[in-house]
Amino acid sequence: MTWDWLSTHAAYVLGLVGRHLLLALLPTLAALVVSVPLGCLVARNRRLSVVVLTVLALLAAIPALVWFVAMPVVLGTQLLDPINVGVALTIVSVAALVRSVVSGLRTVAPAVSASAAAVGYGALRRLALVELPLAAPSVLAGLRVVAVANIALVCVAGMLGLGTLGELFVVGLAESRYAPVVIGLVLAVLLSLVADGLIALIRRGALPWLRAEAAR
Amino acid sequence: MSLFEYLAEMTNWTRPETGIVARIVQHLVLTVLAVGLAAVVTIPLGMLIGHAHRGRLVLAGLGTVTRAVPWVGLVVALVLLVGADGSGLLVILVIAAAPVILVATATGVGAADPAAVHSARALGLGPIQVAGTIEWPLALPQILTGVRTAGLLVVATVTVAAYAGAGGLGRFLVEGQRQGPGGYPQMFTGAVLVAAVAVLLHVLLAAATWAAAGTGRRTARFDDRVPLPAA
Repeated sequence: MTWDWLSTHAAYVLGLVGRHLLLALLPTLAALVVSVPLGCLVARNRRLSVVVLTVLALLAAIPALVWFVAMPVVLGTQLLDPINVGVALTIVSVAALVRSVVSGLRTVAPAVSASAAAVGYGALRRLALVELPLAAPSVLAGLRVVAVANIALVCVAGMLGLGTLGELFVVGLAESRYAPVVIGLVLAVLLSLVADGLIALIRRGALPWLRAEAAR
Repeated sequence: MSLFEYLAEMTNWTRPETGIVARIVQHLVLTVLAVGLAAVVTIPLGMLIGHAHRGRLVLAGLGTVTRAVPWVGLVVALVLLVGADGSGLLVILVIAAAPVILVATATGVGAADPAAVHSARALGLGPIQVAGTIEWPLALPQILTGVRTAGLLVVATVTVAAYAGAGGLGRFLVEGQRQGPGGYPQMFTGAVLVAAVAVLLHVLLAAATWAAAGTGRRTARFDDRVPLPAA
């Protein structure tokens, strides 16, 4: 029964998946691009980092659905404008990711930064070539969490009417059918796990020294 | 009608069952029950797992899966199965909250200062005493953080569950959206109320976490000691 429904609605579901991925992954990447510099700026100053992280934690406490609904007031858009979802998820993701960046940078031993400075690395070079690579495991771990969470949150946007996998839940409710709901659930979880696996692979590929350390 | 006009009208607050206060109570009752039940079951279990330092991979996997599931989908499936009933929703909320608290407890207890644990064992304390007097206070901040995360997850899920017929503050969102563009002020009101509840919950539990971190702060003064070999 579920397969019948899927085969007759394959194109529709595929369209939902495409839109879902777009709405989930673009904010994740945008959040990465914003969080890394922001985290670097914030990590230096202890007091600043406490203030910034506290504010970000408050922003992250607010449910995503609330952000989706409130964005039209902030941005002046319509309720069902995908930009709302994009901006809202970027804010929530940055809130989570900056914490990972800061804690990753904090794990860099001062002796390492000092040696790099002694050898002649300027501050920016130190950051890019020494400190960020060492912080990368923590950042990538945070990115995994954020990507998985975003894919689940975009389902909520679909229930509002933004054309993602969440719409299948609404369809299922309206028509009293299980098939769309099950398909929506399975696809959402699958997408999340694939994203999680991909980032784990990237982590393994980009950070070969972690494997060597683990083997020791 | 704007947000302020809606809030200024007293009957909107006091209407039984559908007024603002009633909806807040519905929302909070579900949240507290779900998180409380989940905590009662998973904190002891998490302490066992953390104390025994086992199951790290399973915990990591559990954390990922619980974040990957769109819980509202399960709520919808449940509604299709048994109708929009309160107790079914509670079960799903407990299932959503439990892994979060379990992972937080297990990692917190597992990460309790190994030097303190070693010393306690050397002094002759049995495992239950070690768990209760050493690991519990040191893990409490992380456990409370887990409770906070679970609470926020439940608040968010209850909000969206209104789209599947549940009560709570999400109903302002559903009913507002049903009225078309004119219903947006009602939606925004609901959104602001949920945000207020979430922020309040966050602040209260964060304060509790900070208060519970007293032990760690007091003992951090002794952190210039020679580190133990990584055994």
